[in-house]
Amino acid sequence: MADIAGYRRALQGTQPEYLYPPYVSTQKRAPTRPLVLLPHTLSEVTGPVFGYDEVGADDADLTRQHAGAPLGERIIVGGRVLDENGRPVPQALIELWQCNAAGRYRHRNDNHDAPLDPNFGGCGRVLADREGRYRFVTIKPGAYPWRNHHNAWRPAHIHFSLFGRAFLTRLVTQMYFPGDPLLAFDPIFNSTADERARKRLIADFDWDSTAPEHALGYRFDIVLRGRDATPIER
Amino acid sequence: MNLLATASQTIGPFFHIGLEKLCVADLAKSAASGEKVSIDGRVLDGDGKPVNDALIEIWQADAQGKYAHPDDAQDKPLDTGLKGFGRVATGDNGEFRFVTIKPGRVPGPGGALQAPHLVVAVFMRGLLKHLVTRIYFAHDHANAEDPVLKLVPVERRHTLMAREPAGSQGALEWNIILRGQDETVFFDC
Repeated sequence: MADIAGYRRALQGTQPEYLYPPYVSTQKRAPTRPLVLLPHTLSEVTGPVFGYDEVGADDADLTRQHAGAPLGERIIVGGRVLDENGRPVPQALIELWQCNAAGRYRHRNDNHDAPLDPNFGGCGRVLADREGRYRFVTIKPGAYPWRNHHNAWRPAHIHFSLFGRAFLTRLVTQMYFPGDPLLAFDPIFNSTADERARKRLIADFDWDSTAPEHALGYRFDIVLRGRDATPIER
Repeated sequence: MNLLATASQTIGPFFHIGLEKLCVADLAKSAASGEKVSIDGRVLDGDGKPVNDALIEIWQADAQGKYAHPDDAQDKPLDTGLKGFGRVATGDNGEFRFVTIKPGRVPGPGGALQAPHLVVAVFMRGLLKHLVTRIYFAHDHANAEDPVLKLVPVERRHTLMAREPAGSQGALEWNIILRGQDETVFFDC
């Protein structure tokens, strides 16, 4: 077999650490022992491959999954899935979920005193195309309180889960909205030390994808890990 | 071109609504060949309390040590009955179960074969990025020469071993201990 090219490792500060005390739950869940540095083997550079079978016709439009239209501000979110080398990640599977416009998830454990919307489930799936482009339609999620600290509120966000080409490219993240005053106070958003990396989690308002008389557009490009230039020795 | 990889963020407590559709607890359903194994376990936090909102994903080769992936160039037939991907959320007591096929050996660094193993990603509220670990099979002779296990301090290797508990009817047990004594080995990958 030919040499296996490993994947790049994160630059200092561009990914959150496991222990970030302002986000209180990390204190009981972050490991305490040093991580063991793992060489990238065939087990890590491969990963599950998904296709159009996993994605249904209405999965990319969260405003059309029920009998009526959901309440809230309709938005179009799109962008590209790229790797660190700037190459598109074709057919990347994106799963997403969010609360409704009032800040409530359709989840049995969400007991925030805000109404559910019978016309909004809050989840979708989309497969990026050959150039890594993706697009979905939804409503802008609301802010909601959580119990991390006194008067803690999460900024509006959409959860993204992505599979790229490998187990190593797996990513779960959150997309935020520009100009949200809650971002400055959110320990989850602020857990990434590097300011440039943090700002990449905020979508750009996008005139090009804004649909006249219909919906505002937001652009959110996602960068998955890319191959290291030097193949590792086997 | 150099782009900065998107930062990870926690999966949060409400991921079930978005991710349950692709949950797969039984990987061996479509009659994949090989030795069928069940792996039962629990996820426990730093206080020993069960974690009832974790998501666990596994990835593995088939019984012959071949991955269902275009980058596996080994000259072996692929068992198309095994996709190799599993995903389950933990229950109220932090419990989870996978049913699968014991994977075969796959190549590792330096050309050495790895012992049979599954790679595991663990997600939960309170984890800003997922944890990566592995499941090996206790008593497998190949463990002694596994190039990855050799990187793990001897006294911690047991945390990566699925083993048959006394009185078990064939199900293996493997737990995820997030912190403290017997903390599971997690990898920086």
